[in-house]
Amino acid sequence: MNKAEILVIGSGPAGLKASLSAADQGAGVTLVERDLFLGGQLVKQTHMFFGSREQYASERGFKIAEKLTAAVEEHPGVRVLKGAAALGYYDDNVVTLEMKGRVVPVSYDAMIMATGAQENTLMFPNCDLPGIYGAGAVQTLMNVYGVLPGKRVAMLGAGNIGVIVSYQLLQAGVEVPAIIEAAPEIGAYHVHASKVRRMGVPIYTSQTVVSAHGTDTLEKVIIVKLDGSWQPVPGTEKELDVDVLCIAVGLTPLTEILFQAGCEMAYIPELGGHVPRRSAVMETSVPNIYIAGDVSGIEEASAAMVEGTIAGLTAAFNLGYGRDSYDKKIAAANLELDALRKGPTGEKIRTGLQNLKRTVEVRQ
Amino acid sequence: MRIQVHPILEFKKGKKISFTYDGKTVEGYEGEPIAAALHAAGVRVLSHSRNFKRPRGFWCAIGNCSSCNMSVNGIPNVRTCVEPLQDGMIVETQQGKGVIGGVPGE
Ligand SMILES: Cc1cc2nc3c(=O)[nH]c(=O)nc-3n(C[C@H](O)[C@H](O)[C@H](O)COP(=O)(O)OP(=O)(O)OC[C@H]3O[C@@H](n4cnc5c(N)ncnc54)[C@H](O)[C@@H]3O)c2cc1C
Ligand code: FES
Repeated sequence: MNKAEILVIGSGPAGLKASLSAADQGAGVTLVERDLFLGGQLVKQTHMFFGSREQYASERGFKIAEKLTAAVEEHPGVRVLKGAAALGYYDDNVVTLEMKGRVVPVSYDAMIMATGAQENTLMFPNCDLPGIYGAGAVQTLMNVYGVLPGKRVAMLGAGNIGVIVSYQLLQAGVEVPAIIEAAPEIGAYHVHASKVRRMGVPIYTSQTVVSAHGTDTLEKVIIVKLDGSWQPVPGTEKELDVDVLCIAVGLTPLTEILFQAGCEMAYIPELGGHVPRRSAVMETSVPNIYIAGDVSGIEEASAAMVEGTIAGLTAAFNLGYGRDSYDKKIAAANLELDALRKGPTGEKIRTGLQNLKRTVEVRQ
Repeated sequence: MRIQVHPILEFKKGKKISFTYDGKTVEGYEGEPIAAALHAAGVRVLSHSRNFKRPRGFWCAIGNCSSCNMSVNGIPNVRTCVEPLQDGMIVETQQGKGVIGGVPGE
């Protein structure tokens, strides 16, 4: 059977950093990615990053992906398998991969899950019409493959993703008649929101889409105002002619394999849904299974990279690698995480992590 | 509809090739996902739901949701949003669950 000392699943910022940090300590890493290229969500991000210099602030996401990918592919301690989707977990530390139509079992000593997240959908009549796409999907089509999603695109959700993708649509020459947000306030950072507003895109807060219409593909959506208790206000319906509606209403961690492996999970809305319980150094309740990035709770690429570093260092340490430098490196990574999570923008994740800890205390 | 000029990105395209979609000849670039080539050619309906036969386009574009399943070279349930396009591919709107290894699903 194929053997991997440390098996890393997923090559977004979390998986790339986990691979590098474990391999730098001397461990042998096998990195598997179901896509044909490495980088995860980063490959489609054309905007500059926030955060500290350690996490590549002021660099564009796809440039960060290029750098990390090159470092991983050149590292003698990392074996990269692309086009390899992890399918399932089996007893005795075995995971099966689907590669070129074949099922390949791999056994590991330690596994780091960095599978990221999937986009949430929203229910309303005809929400399945072609032309209603996830915001990440539109970003992939446009920024990775150079294909325009449509001519007039409405955005549902004014968090960072909704607002950033709206900006990228404008850059690609697409008309964005409106960004629609059910909450009374915009979730996105204000720099992003003011940028799209300056470009003439209205952001309608306390409004939502109630239905979509079109034969075979989307032709228009009906939007409506919401009252203080999130109920539609009758008589406020408005038609919006669009051929695409982008849904940017959050992400859910891709945790199937962790459930299967028997990791203890908890439902924490602030972290995006069911997430695994973990130690301070990213180990789950199942020994030698670690997590990093969005799969451990929806956050940002910057934090995903630091979590990847922590998981990689710890997996290597527990297999006997890098014992001398471990404490120092972990302390440095923890300082970075704290810095990323401080202030008002980190409040949601801090609350989520606190609530997750509390569920453990209740159990014990 | 393809992006011709972009302020930040440059798109490295493969060779121009042709494939068939429900019997019609369509052009695309080698290596791009089948669904991207179809979308660029104006095809947005990729499949139909099993029970109510409602039209389906892609949703996630990263191989997660199976909304874009089509039959490719006679193999059903291919996720066209991630499957690289090749010259001469036969892409068809799938009816029902498809046939895997000679065993009909429906
Ligand atoms: C529009 C947009 C803008 C953003 N802007 C910012 C920003 O400005 N700053 C910031 O810090 N963050 C930003 N983010 C968030 C950031 O992109 C994510 O938090 C980050 O990419 C999460 O990293 P990850 O490695 O956990 O997951 P991902 O990047 O999602 O990578 C997961 C990888 O795992 C692979 N995978 C999944 N399942 C399997 C499997 N079973 N087998 C094999 N491989 C698998 C996937 O194909 C993927 O490549 C933005 C996100 C979006 C969508
Ligand atoms: S669109 Fe989701 S799998 Fe292809």
